[in-house]
Amino acid sequence: MEIFLDSLWPLLKAGVLFAVPLTLISFAVGLVLALLTALARLSSIKPLVWLARFYVWIIRGTPLLVQLFIIFYGLPSLGITIGAFSAAIIGFSLSVGAYNAEVMRAAIQSIPKGQWEAAESLGMTRSQILRRIILPQAARVSVPPLSNSFISLVKDTSLAATITVTEMFQRAQQIAAVTYEHMLIYCEVALIYLFFSTILSALQARVEKYFERYTVR
Amino acid sequence: MIRLKDINKNFGNVPILKHIDLRVNKGETVVIIGPSGSGKSTLLRCLNLLEQPTSGYLRIADDSLQLKEGDSIKQADVMKIRLHTGMVFQAHHLFPHMTAVQNVMEGLVTVRRQAKVEARAAALRLLKKVGLADKADSYPFQLSGGQQQRVGIARALALEPNVLLFDEPTSALDPEIVGEVLNVMGDLKQEGMTMVIVTHEMQFARLIADHIIFLDQGVVVEEGSPDQVFDAPTQKRTKQFLQRLDWMRERIPTGHEAELFAPQNEEVGIVH
Repeated sequence: MEIFLDSLWPLLKAGVLFAVPLTLISFAVGLVLALLTALARLSSIKPLVWLARFYVWIIRGTPLLVQLFIIFYGLPSLGITIGAFSAAIIGFSLSVGAYNAEVMRAAIQSIPKGQWEAAESLGMTRSQILRRIILPQAARVSVPPLSNSFISLVKDTSLAATITVTEMFQRAQQIAAVTYEHMLIYCEVALIYLFFSTILSALQARVEKYFERYTVR
Repeated sequence: MIRLKDINKNFGNVPILKHIDLRVNKGETVVIIGPSGSGKSTLLRCLNLLEQPTSGYLRIADDSLQLKEGDSIKQADVMKIRLHTGMVFQAHHLFPHMTAVQNVMEGLVTVRRQAKVEARAAALRLLKKVGLADKADSYPFQLSGGQQQRVGIARALALEPNVLLFDEPTSALDPEIVGEVLNVMGDLKQEGMTMVIVTHEMQFARLIADHIIFLDQGVVVEEGSPDQVFDAPTQKRTKQFLQRLDWMRERIPTGHEAELFAPQNEEVGIVH
């Protein structure tokens, strides 16, 4: 019990200092990437479509762990050295972007054609229609799948340990190595991840509820 | 107000509209009737370029377009024509994430870049005009079908178009609430609005139209005053179409018959 309590603070601290900012920053950057990629996929400019497909293909087709290693350990041999934390953010953002590009594309395409036509008949331009009419509705459709991705990102941040980011899991390994209480410490860190995910799930429910204000109950 | 000359529209290789000539004067109400698949809606959608005609001449107010096959229209030209028109859709297509008043304001705020306060005041005036002042802050899902359609009309009026286009505005509505939408349209006519209406409501068409166009298989088969077209049609196809409607109006089909007819004849449930 003493070990549990003693290690709780360092683990939580690592979580708040690394796991949380890693998750928030990567998710924010990733969503922007995802939106741009989805729009590129839906555009009529062929090279943009190819670029978007290529990006999604590469990222989805290779393990996140390998991508992190390439960015952190591989790139320096090309003369590009990136700090561990930044490398983790780049890796996670690219991953979030690729997976959610498809989510956003599907959400945008799920909005009925009549919405486009009604907005066009008012004289709105394509970008105005996207911004004012389509994306707000697509956002609602994509909340559940995006939340999935958000929560799995929280847990994926543990992979950053492999590229020397002293996030929660790395701290847990260090503490376990000293105390030999592997079962206890790893269960403890699992509980903390569970705690973070639970908060986020509650947040998801709030967001969904917010979007439901204009749908039939 | 509107002039079409030799408008053709193909979907792929299939001709939908053939050599359409049309003239709509200012303040006039033109009703387009015809069987399903005759090209009525396509013709209407060509007027605000939701469908681009394959070829022909189109003029609305003082903006015109001459199209040859293979031409693509510049976005700026599309916008010019479009801003002369407002459209009311069969399925209303209100923006579900916006309240009634926000729906009506949207064009003013986004297209005309009006200040929100001003736009809201104008939108409220329009909602009052269609009898929905008290529903301004309701979302579309909270409104009945007839109310939704009246918000749709207010939205189409917001940018003060020269012409209002109605694409079967009552076809998706329950019979008992069709009247409230038709009343609003009647009021607009009184005010001198120029309107082009595609409808299956023949009695209403007769009542409101200054000019009837009967379209079949992409061709204007017959046109004229309502009395002329309804009482003394000169073309065989017009007679057949009107006879079929009469037959259906006189005989109320039994439930079983209605089921039999419903898939083939969309007029069945709509003509009263």
